[in-house]
Amino acid sequence: MSVILEARGISKSFGPAKALVDVGLTLRAGEIHSLMGENGAGKSTLIKILSGIHRADSGVIELVGEKTRETIAPRSNQEAQSLGLSTVFQEVNLVPTLTVAENIYLGRELKRFGILDKRKMCEGAKRALARLGLDIDVNANLEDFPIAIQQMVAIARALDLKARVLILDEVTSSLDRMEVESLFAVLRQLKSEGLAIVFISHFLDQIYEICDRVTVLRNGRFVGDWTLSELPRTQLISKMMGRELEATERALSNTDSSEAQPAWLECEGLARAGSIEPFALNIRAGETLGLAGLLGSGRSELIRLLFGIDHKTQGRLKIDGTEIAIDDATDAIRNGFALVPEDRKTQSIFPGLSVRENIVLALQTQRSWARALSRREQNEIASRFISAMGIKTTDAEQPIETLSGGNQQKAILARWLALEPRLLLLDEPTRGIDVGAKAEILKLVRDLSAKGKSVVLVATELEEVVRVSDRVAVLKDHRKIGELTRPNLNENAVLSLIGEAP
Amino acid sequence: MKTQWWSLAALLVLLLLNAVMNPAFFAVSIHDGQLYGSLIDIAFRSVPLILTALGMTLVIATGGVDLSVGSTAAFAGACATLALGGGWLSALAAALLGGLAVGLFNGLLITALGLQPIIATLISMVSTRGLAQLVLGGQILPIANPSYVAIGTSAFLGVPVAIWIVVFSCLVLSLLLRRTTAGLFIEAVGANSLASRFIGLSEKKVRLVVYTLAGLFAALSGVVLSTNIRAVDGNNLGLYLELDAILAVVIGGTRLSGGRFSLLGTVFGALIIQTVTTTINTQGIRVELMLMVKALVVIAICLAQSTRVSQLWTRLRQGAMS
Repeated sequence: MSVILEARGISKSFGPAKALVDVGLTLRAGEIHSLMGENGAGKSTLIKILSGIHRADSGVIELVGEKTRETIAPRSNQEAQSLGLSTVFQEVNLVPTLTVAENIYLGRELKRFGILDKRKMCEGAKRALARLGLDIDVNANLEDFPIAIQQMVAIARALDLKARVLILDEVTSSLDRMEVESLFAVLRQLKSEGLAIVFISHFLDQIYEICDRVTVLRNGRFVGDWTLSELPRTQLISKMMGRELEATERALSNTDSSEAQPAWLECEGLARAGSIEPFALNIRAGETLGLAGLLGSGRSELIRLLFGIDHKTQGRLKIDGTEIAIDDATDAIRNGFALVPEDRKTQSIFPGLSVRENIVLALQTQRSWARALSRREQNEIASRFISAMGIKTTDAEQPIETLSGGNQQKAILARWLALEPRLLLLDEPTRGIDVGAKAEILKLVRDLSAKGKSVVLVATELEEVVRVSDRVAVLKDHRKIGELTRPNLNENAVLSLIGEAP
Repeated sequence: MKTQWWSLAALLVLLLLNAVMNPAFFAVSIHDGQLYGSLIDIAFRSVPLILTALGMTLVIATGGVDLSVGSTAAFAGACATLALGGGWLSALAAALLGGLAVGLFNGLLITALGLQPIIATLISMVSTRGLAQLVLGGQILPIANPSYVAIGTSAFLGVPVAIWIVVFSCLVLSLLLRRTTAGLFIEAVGANSLASRFIGLSEKKVRLVVYTLAGLFAALSGVVLSTNIRAVDGNNLGLYLELDAILAVVIGGTRLSGGRFSLLGTVFGALIIQTVTTTINTQGIRVELMLMVKALVVIAICLAQSTRVSQLWTRLRQGAMS
């Protein structure tokens, strides 16, 4: 098969953060190519460069024709489209208040004597949608349809652009099985017509069903590309997570006390419709429980459910044998839970407020508004945690956003430790922070469980979870598929559990 | 430098400018045991704005806005006339109760119905003004009760009662906000309302409280405005007050996006606005230029406070040195 697009040595930085370093991608005519990688691996950045939304700092993209070979650097999405690169993004980026037909012809309206030819556009839109097996009123506003249909309209539009390369970024996440089937049928058709298709999805089953080849990225770097039929699932997962299967039989086993402790927190068939299926989970004192699974497997959802941010739709939660209702964060905190949420910037830090205020806020909230901590008490708490946790800041009055990511995260941990919680829920506590701070935070987690606290840890890097946890619950497709305890706990075991589960 | 000190600096510059143009500007004299002078005059005339802007500061600190304060002032003034028969205290209570009701209504629209603050308060800006006109029967109602009128006209220890009200309000409010955790909670909700949910801080309660307080302060401002002119005019009392109040808050260094707030900055901001008005009036500048001059001063102050301009300034200075 002939190469249709070749990207080489693509690098891109956002400020100090390197999103892509020397990444390559080769697409052939008549193939469906998957781009795989964990969250933050650089998939989105690469796609945005191909579709003209970002510009690469360095590197070449070449479009290969029958006899031609031209270097391209699209400066806008529209330019990319005119070059034959058509992209459908995860979030529908069409205009909700325009009709379906208008959206399909947005930016390339059909005209007759300078006037919009509505009739022709409606017919064209109908034809484009019919290819996807969709028969809807093309004169209705886009926003009147559910997200799945809107997504299909976006796909129909992209298909109609006479593209040579079609990029689909997580477009199936809101589609049901039937819709995915009809999409796949169209993709196979397009493939036989000689289109190159990039298909991104976190559903491994779909990848293996539809794709021919895969390029894996990790931490903004190119790991390799393979023919999928020659790459078993466990291999693919380990390439994404950055661990060879046979490596690392870790040597931790510093805490075997978990067996002795009875569980104080029990979840029985706890679930939230559409978010996580019923699961059972026990949590013991002095134990670190890791949650493993790919991104989107339901790890964060489980944690949000435990903390009352999301509400359960069925099941029970028992603390010390008594059933407890946790309806919001206040309930959770009152029961000794603490949560370091996934996204530090939007869910944790209070920008503009000082490190001191950020640390004392949770404690203050628990004490009600009239029982303010005096400034002296606040200073005492803040400086105690700043020195105990080695938070690097000139003083406690620095605005928190001026600290580095790792130090911000330590301050957030301090916020919760000030409450002396019984259970710490840590959702990606080491995301986006440097190696040194990462190690310190993981050490802290172990110290805490040694002191008898329970910790639930989610981390994208499997190696981290396995190293720190006493026990690991494995999730896949919003379902808990198993649990691993020492001595059977290692990365191999986790990966094969994910790969083999239906 | 904290932005509130920028606004103090701007205020001082404006006052000095006045003193240059009018050497007697800082002079204060005593007649019949009462202080007179331009400074006292500016302070006195800015009372309604300061009161309104104090409440507005808290609303803006949560990331919201209250457009209904001007109408609330008119409505509160009207409510007072209904209760004048029971004496000045009951009139005052009726006004405050009216303001409280509007503020609570705003708060409920925003927290219970989830309306955006600008929409919710736009609704009550229109409806409350209409309510005030209804109460007054579309008339300008004179106020005859001398003890109620004293709120806006008399003096205590040589200083107008209205100024005492501001001083007292500022003290009580800052004690209430800074000695309890309320101030921190308001700032937290404004800085990151999602994060406040994660620490179990009820942002709805916080919002309900700030809009109610804004209503109360607007009512107080309505009382001062109407007693000062001894009449309640449903159509014009507090007209455009909300715009000046928002302006005062912003000049005072509180960001419209929410978070950190400064009550003192707001007071300076309101004084700046009044000083500009007074200057234009006393310097014989043509009245039709009033709005333009005001706009220029505001633009200058906002530019002086903006981080981008200060960065540009530093870069220019470094460029000049190297």
